[in-house]
Amino acid sequence: MSESITALGTDMRSYYGRPILKEPVWQPEIPWYLFTGGLAGASSLLGLAARATGNRPLAKAGLYISMAGDAVSPVLLVSDLGRPERFLNMFRVFKVTSPMSVGSWILSASGASKVLAETVSAAFGAPLSVYTATLLSDTAIPVWHEARRELPFVFGAGAAASAGAAAAAIVAPEDAGPARRLAVGGAAVGTVAMLAMEARLGMVGEPYHQGEAGIYNLAAKLCTVAGAALLATSAKRSRLAAIAGGGLLLAGEAALRWSVFKAGFQSARDPKYVVEPQRRRKGWGLTPA
Amino acid sequence: MSEFATLADITGEPDGWADTYGDETKPRLGFFTDTSICIGCKACEVACKEWNVIPEDGLVWTGESYDNTSTLGANSWRHVAFVEQRKPLHDGNHDGDTLRWLMSSDVCKHCTHAACLDVCPTGALFRTEFGTVVVQEDICNGCGYCVPACPFGVLDKRHLPRPGSDPAGVRPQEDGRVWKCTLCYDRLKGGHEPACAKACPTKSIQFGEVDELRARADERLAKLQQQGWNGAQLYGRDPDDGVGGFGAFFLLLDEPEVYGLPPDPLVTTKNLPEMWRTAAVAAGALVAGVLAAFAGGSR
Repeated sequence: MSESITALGTDMRSYYGRPILKEPVWQPEIPWYLFTGGLAGASSLLGLAARATGNRPLAKAGLYISMAGDAVSPVLLVSDLGRPERFLNMFRVFKVTSPMSVGSWILSASGASKVLAETVSAAFGAPLSVYTATLLSDTAIPVWHEARRELPFVFGAGAAASAGAAAAAIVAPEDAGPARRLAVGGAAVGTVAMLAMEARLGMVGEPYHQGEAGIYNLAAKLCTVAGAALLATSAKRSRLAAIAGGGLLLAGEAALRWSVFKAGFQSARDPKYVVEPQRRRKGWGLTPA
Repeated sequence: MSEFATLADITGEPDGWADTYGDETKPRLGFFTDTSICIGCKACEVACKEWNVIPEDGLVWTGESYDNTSTLGANSWRHVAFVEQRKPLHDGNHDGDTLRWLMSSDVCKHCTHAACLDVCPTGALFRTEFGTVVVQEDICNGCGYCVPACPFGVLDKRHLPRPGSDPAGVRPQEDGRVWKCTLCYDRLKGGHEPACAKACPTKSIQFGEVDELRARADERLAKLQQQGWNGAQLYGRDPDDGVGGFGAFFLLLDEPEVYGLPPDPLVTTKNLPEMWRTAAVAAGALVAGVLAAFAGGSR
């Protein structure tokens, strides 16, 4: 028995170091969906813009990639449910207080309208690419909730980067100019937004530099920078460089979603991320007066 | 701020649920758990499990005082915490009695602004006519959103085999739904008090109308403070806190985090208007980015 029970490595008191929050119960389907949903949404936009400007090969690539994303995403989401056979319950209500409810309608509207009209579907592309950030922020997990200002930009820019990368890897280099520019621009903005998020989070953002989230974060940054560099420098002339650069950038964006996902679990696991900011918010010290 | 100007606008007026029930509205019911008279008997845990037919989820020896339940979850809707401290029970008590053993029966807080209810995409979580928060087991599809949304870590998914499935099967299907305290909704409907309060031998768990419980808690706190109890404080009694006050609140003898409770819980949807606005700006930026990629030509 000690004077007070403290969490490891701090003076903060806790209940046997046990978590205050529950870790999410989401399975690997969810980080993959964070990736495929963003890819589908931004590819929709890329395809429509390419069609409007008369670049038919790029328009076709954007459409097919977004269709693939729209087809895979619901399968991932339904598979993650504890009761997959009840997935239709997602459409019992529409609740603006639940980003998952809003997102269920966005995703189904994006997928359903693709069959009818590409233009209508593209209207849901941008919301589809960023709402998942709102979904994660709208929880009690400190590393997600406190990132609410940056996360939509991280995910939106990441979606642009992955859509551009996928199209640049598929389309012939002479037709892929806009895709390369979108990929490189998205990667640049996304990386800056991620760094800004890590800086502003301070101690709450520690998970991004520790454990699995830290490894994914490092891998994401290395792959993203390398992929974007290849696309920016050599992909205009070499098909091989376009495929390698696009592949690296896609891997980087997938790793980024995994990093954000895993960071949430690590943030929930350690009570200090709950207690320290809340006590500070109240102007209370961490140890008994 | 836009149309979602206040917390009440987005999560419902604190007492707005009452309007939706019309004539069927009942006074708001809840718990006042006075931990200063808890004796750690765990009768509440047992009564809850028995009444609500909560399955057994394994026995673990934790070595953490008398606590082998450890946390609230899908299969534990009451949890008695045990804290051993080298600290006097009363201020200024220096006659060698410097040990105290704190016990506290934790439960779902039935928040005025409940994040779990707000984020639930199916409407499985709802506000009852008694002002309590309940999961409808026939609606819940196990999406799991409420689990990380709860600022107290109360809700969890049940991973035990689902009713009717063969546990010896090749791959028994798990229940997969989310479970938590219902404040014994079925007993309330029948005019009975919840099982835990009924079983509590010391009246540490007091059940009743929230307004009346708050008044009772204020009196009790004043008495304990007058007697010089160390660290006595009410937790969740204040209707102006980050969740609009708890329907089930507590009298604690130390800071909340000592019992594994968040010191200043906040309903996450309080910041949702800001989050939706940020998402809209980011979505606009994405469209602008795509257009910019074509600014240098369509090839």
